[in-house]
Amino acid sequence: MTDFINAFVLLSNFVIIPALSLGSQLALGALGVTLVFGVLRFANFAHGDLMAFGTMIAIFITWWFQSLGIGFGPLPTALLALPFAIAVTALLTIGTDRLVYRYYRRVGSAPVIFVVASVGVMFMLNGIVRIFIGPDDRRFADGERFIVHARTFRETTGLAEGLTFKLTQGITIIVAVVVTIALFWFLQRTRMGKAMRAYSDNEKLSRFSGIDPDRVVLVTWIIAASLATIAGVLYGLDRSFKPFTYFQLLLPIFAAAIVGGIGQPVGAIIGGYIVAFTEIGVTYAYRKFFIYLLPESFEPSGLAQLVATEYKFAVSFVILVLVLLVRPTGLMRGKVI
Amino acid sequence: MNQSARAVTAFAVMAALLAAVGFGQSWSVALVIMNLCLISSVMAMGLNIQWGYAGLFNAGVMGFAALGGASAVLVSHPPVTQAWAAGGLDLLIGVALFVVIVAAGFFVRNRLPAGQFQRVFMIVVVLVGYWVGRGFFASAVDAIESVDPVRTGFLGGLGLPIIFSWLVGGLFAGGVAWLIGRIALGLRADYFAIATLGISEIVVALLRNEDWLTRGVKNVTGLSRPVPFEINLQNSDWFVRMIERFNARTLAVAPDVDRQQMLTQLVIEGSGIFVKLCYLGLFLAVTLLILGLCVRALNSPWGRMMRAIRDSEDAAAAMGKDIVYRQRQVFILGSAIIGVAGAMLTTLDGQFTPSSYVPLRFTFLIWVMVIVGGSGNNLGSVLGGFVIWFVWVQAEPASQFVLSNIASWFGEGSGFAQWLLDAAPHMRLLLMGLILLLVLRFSPRGILPEYVRETR
Repeated sequence: MTDFINAFVLLSNFVIIPALSLGSQLALGALGVTLVFGVLRFANFAHGDLMAFGTMIAIFITWWFQSLGIGFGPLPTALLALPFAIAVTALLTIGTDRLVYRYYRRVGSAPVIFVVASVGVMFMLNGIVRIFIGPDDRRFADGERFIVHARTFRETTGLAEGLTFKLTQGITIIVAVVVTIALFWFLQRTRMGKAMRAYSDNEKLSRFSGIDPDRVVLVTWIIAASLATIAGVLYGLDRSFKPFTYFQLLLPIFAAAIVGGIGQPVGAIIGGYIVAFTEIGVTYAYRKFFIYLLPESFEPSGLAQLVATEYKFAVSFVILVLVLLVRPTGLMRGKVI
Repeated sequence: MNQSARAVTAFAVMAALLAAVGFGQSWSVALVIMNLCLISSVMAMGLNIQWGYAGLFNAGVMGFAALGGASAVLVSHPPVTQAWAAGGLDLLIGVALFVVIVAAGFFVRNRLPAGQFQRVFMIVVVLVGYWVGRGFFASAVDAIESVDPVRTGFLGGLGLPIIFSWLVGGLFAGGVAWLIGRIALGLRADYFAIATLGISEIVVALLRNEDWLTRGVKNVTGLSRPVPFEINLQNSDWFVRMIERFNARTLAVAPDVDRQQMLTQLVIEGSGIFVKLCYLGLFLAVTLLILGLCVRALNSPWGRMMRAIRDSEDAAAAMGKDIVYRQRQVFILGSAIIGVAGAMLTTLDGQFTPSSYVPLRFTFLIWVMVIVGGSGNNLGSVLGGFVIWFVWVQAEPASQFVLSNIASWFGEGSGFAQWLLDAAPHMRLLLMGLILLLVLRFSPRGILPEYVRETR
């Protein structure tokens, strides 16, 4: 019995909790991608760099608060900085829409031209982030580090395995849940949310019904900026901030959005967790886990790791390809908000 | 201005810029830039075939370039016999098993009756195959990687002249493109872009981590060359005599004491330039060959068909064209050209460094080249390769210069000045984005627009 509990604790420690927090981060990112896709109808290649931009602003405000001596008690100061960072990032997305995307909307360009334009935006954001904060790795989490510490867990329960639950992981999961609920409430219950869904469903019909397309697009960009900033800050708190890593997050985020059914918010969330659980699940070495569970003679000799950690990007991609082959619309029958 | 006058002017401006670098900085720098411009042009032509002819958004240029680079290693590096002796047999068994598994998979898929039974059988085949194959593979990899890991630790290549790798790189990239095309073509444009982006990341991850094949992040250096080494030139009489004749006038006025030293100096400089000129000749030949083929292809009935498919898939399908088949064809061709360029790049570098393959430089920069040059126009892609590579390379010293001037107003050593100087290397990313957006907005057909024949 103890072996069984130990195995479970081990699994939670190294697979379930990390995957839950990574999944939440990816889900928030994928929600942004999926909203932009649903309303503006293109895959935004600049989303990863948008996340990096939002996080960079949050880091600057965090530093400023820290220099003023403002803290958030046991919680990281970055959470206090988050609303301000969201505001700045929203201004940025609105600005890029005005300067870049609006023109192509007016002309009625093909979606792929929007994608090329988003590559241009991606380059520029990439440059801006590197110019302002540099390409290096930065950690900006402060406050308490753990909710549950491995040693205290071992001492209180008397188990051999320790359970670590980082504060940032807890915050990530809670914030993700709150944000998702708020977003769904907005989309389902408010006038604007309904207008957005109508616009996404059928653009022409929604125009005839008196929905102002410019307002819908504006709100979409504000939401996308908020989601990107929140996802970026949570990822940065949980791990660390590095511009290149954020660029690379694009792939698992796209995978999550497509797996769930692009344009489908529920799908994006499910997709985020699917990608995170498979990614961490198949790259974890199960050796110790099996040692707890199996009788001695069956113990694995190797690491019992399905895929080497270096290939975690490949994992999200393989999921993507499988979904595209088997069910191209994604799990949730995509393309309506 | 008509089409050809526009092209002539654009290339003349480009030549003037390169000449300015030659006179202003040095001819060595200008030649380095020119070589890379030519390689970029070839890559841009490859992408142009896909995007400009057929409208395929290939976001995986990096992967094909890296495959080309790997082929340079696999063709030219001498085989590591100890590694083959240590793990070759196991590896071959592993590969053979892999082939058997794939064949079994196809057998199950095509020959067995469809249904639950078939699906279960498929899973069993894959899992058992994975389990058995992995054992052989893992032991082979361990054995190979432990053979003198400081210097080799990989299988090496065939030991052939590196120039063959340009062809092989094209074949590799084309083969992988065939595979990708089977999976990803037929998806809508955005999905195809994401799929290719993902595959290119996987290709580079493989090259970076499979040490037995490419040494991974340990890099392969000292690849052989299709042109002479500088040191050999410096020691050969004919080269020294040639340099002497070239600089006869300068040498004549020099005082006797300095003459020998001066000649040595000139020979050293000259050998570097001579090697770069040799590369330039090779690359120019490849570029012109590919350009010629591309132009002919675009003007042929095949090219017309590709453009028809690009402009309206439905209409082309109604005329009886097999859209997916043609797109796969064009995707393979374009990727093969990118592979050739990748092999050329590794040849020029003389080393293979998997970690240098990043999407911004190897995928999206090539995109900027094609869009700026003029998608659908082969000469435009060549020009785009030249212009954008030139800007990409020269943006760094230029912004360094501008920013250090601005910084000096704020006084040396102030925090702001230091920040400005640190920011200089990243200015070019901003600049590239700006160029792409401006061209896309105000001149979406590029510098040299696609040539559309008017029929009336």
